[in-house]
This record gives sequence, C-alpha cells and structure tokens, in this order.
Amino acid sequence: MRFAIPLIVLVGLLVLFVVGLQHDPRELPSPLIGKSAPGFELPVLPFPKTAEPPLRLTAADLKGKPLLVNFFASWCAGCQVEHPFLMQLAQGGKVQIVGVDYKDAEADVRAWLGQKGNPYAPILSDLDGRVGIDWGVYGVPETFVLDADGVIVYKHIGAMTEEAWETKIKPLLGGAS
Amino acid sequence: MIRAVLAAVVFGLLALAVSAQVETEKVPIPLDAAQDARFHALLPDLRCLVCQNESLADSTAPLAQDLKYEVRGLVAQGKSDAEIKKYLTDRYGDFVLFKPPFDARTALLWLGPFLLALIGVIVLMVHVRRSHRTKRVTVPADAAALRKLLDEQP
Repeated sequence: MRFAIPLIVLVGLLVLFVVGLQHDPRELPSPLIGKSAPGFELPVLPFPKTAEPPLRLTAADLKGKPLLVNFFASWCAGCQVEHPFLMQLAQGGKVQIVGVDYKDAEADVRAWLGQKGNPYAPILSDLDGRVGIDWGVYGVPETFVLDADGVIVYKHIGAMTEEAWETKIKPLLGGAS
Repeated sequence: MIRAVLAAVVFGLLALAVSAQVETEKVPIPLDAAQDARFHALLPDLRCLVCQNESLADSTAPLAQDLKYEVRGLVAQGKSDAEIKKYLTDRYGDFVLFKPPFDARTALLWLGPFLLALIGVIVLMVHVRRSHRTKRVTVPADAAALRKLLDEQP
C-alpha cells in the first residue's frame, strides 16, 4: 500500500515515455493542413525538353481534382528511395503527381529523370526554394495531398511509402483511386 | 586503413551531395544599423527546422540561410518582430519559435510546472499537518509512570 502511489506515478511516466518515443521529432505538423495551397507562380520544366517557351502554373491550376504535390530534388537521398513507388503510383494511374523540383539544376534533374523515369505531371521548377518556404518545406522529399478544391488535406514528410499511401493518403482521395 | 578509406568515401559523397545542391548566389539586402540590430536580435529566437536544436543565428543549413535571407528582407521592409514571427509560424508552425506562444493548446506546457509545484506543496502541507496531529508526549523518567502512559495508548 505504501508503494501504491509511487507505482502509479511510475507507470504513468512510463506510459508517457512510450507514447513520447513513438513520435518522430523530425516530423513537424504543418499549419497549412485544411488551408488552400499557398499561392505561387512557377515555370513548368518540360520533360522531355521542348523548344517551346516554358508555361507558368499558379496555385489555381492545381484545382479540379485531388492530386499529390511532391517536393523533390535530384540531389536528395529520400527522393531516390521514394522514386520507384511514385513511378508505380503514376503508371498505375492512381493519382496525378505534380513535382516541384526544389533548389535543383535543370541538367541534373533531366539526367536523373531521364535515367529513372518521370512520375511527375508536370514538373515545376522552384530554383531558389522560395515557393518551398511558402509551403513550409524544410527538407525534401515532402508530399502534400490536395483535394479537388486545392485545399491541403495531408502532408507526408520524408520518402513516400506504400504504407503511408494505403493507410493515410488513399482514404483521403476517396473516389479518385 | 579500410576505415580511413571508407571515411574518405563518405566525406567525398557528402561533399558531392552538398555541392550538388544549387546555391543561387544571393546578395544580402542592406540594412541600416537599427534594422541590423533587430535582425540579429530576432535570429536566436528562431529555430532552424533542419537542425532543430540550433537557432537560425547559429545554423549553416541551406534552409536556415534561406530563412535568414527572408527574415532580412522582411526587416528591410519594416515588418515588426510579431509580423515576422507570424510569417514563419504561418508556414512552419509554432515549432519555429523557441518560445511557444501562450494559448489554449500550450496552456498545459506553460502552467504544468506550476501545477506540479502546487501539487507538491499541497502534498507536503498535508504530510506536515498529519505528522503534527500525532500526540507528542514527554517520556516520563520513572518506570511506573512510563508503564501507565504506555497502557493508556491504544
């Protein structure tokens, strides 16, 4: 009986520790969830290369159907990891993936996607990372899930995985998949 | 030996990875003396999202450099400290501030320690009061009186 209270406190602390340790401190909740995608205007990187002058897209162009906005770069390790799965999603027609090439060189990204395949439609080029800041990107790869109204409904930090897709993202897209 | 070679390879790859990241050369926006002081006073309060336990003032991460550049621009535009912090929290959340704001979500965080201290004081007071309540008696010198006193006790 003497030890009842300390025991309860100890068990309580242990439960808190276990719960606390499940959280990855690198995964920061985005304040943008539930809000419209931040405005931007970015040049489209035509892939393969065309002679036509590059189109420019704005946030308004992302409306109409649910899609993924994937911030990536050819120099980023996590992007190499998720690339095969993104290819699988794109080729299976599961969802449209808009790629935002973050602080990258055009030649590098062309070489990388030329070799591994391009899951993105289209690729937008954020050379100086300004749009990345507006979207609260702090480390590529990061993937935003947008609904048909262009509202951010979910953000996945780090390489996209089949588990994240199946458990978190696919249910949000509803009939889209 | 193998370890040294491995280390060299890893460092080489790291250097390559860092250099591959395109750094668009940015000229620092000029600030006057007062703005510069404000800029430098603001940075230690802002967290580098990449290194997390470093402030923007200390960090050399590319994102920290970019954010410093943004903050510099906002200071130059005459934005207040509160407006600049809002710019950052709108994008990155409260985590970007080393000192989170006091609101409904963070009330427990701010008040928790005082609450715990209060509970401690209450426990201590109850304990002290209880120990006071036990009857104090002076122990009699002779054996007969002591016997009598012990018999009285339940």
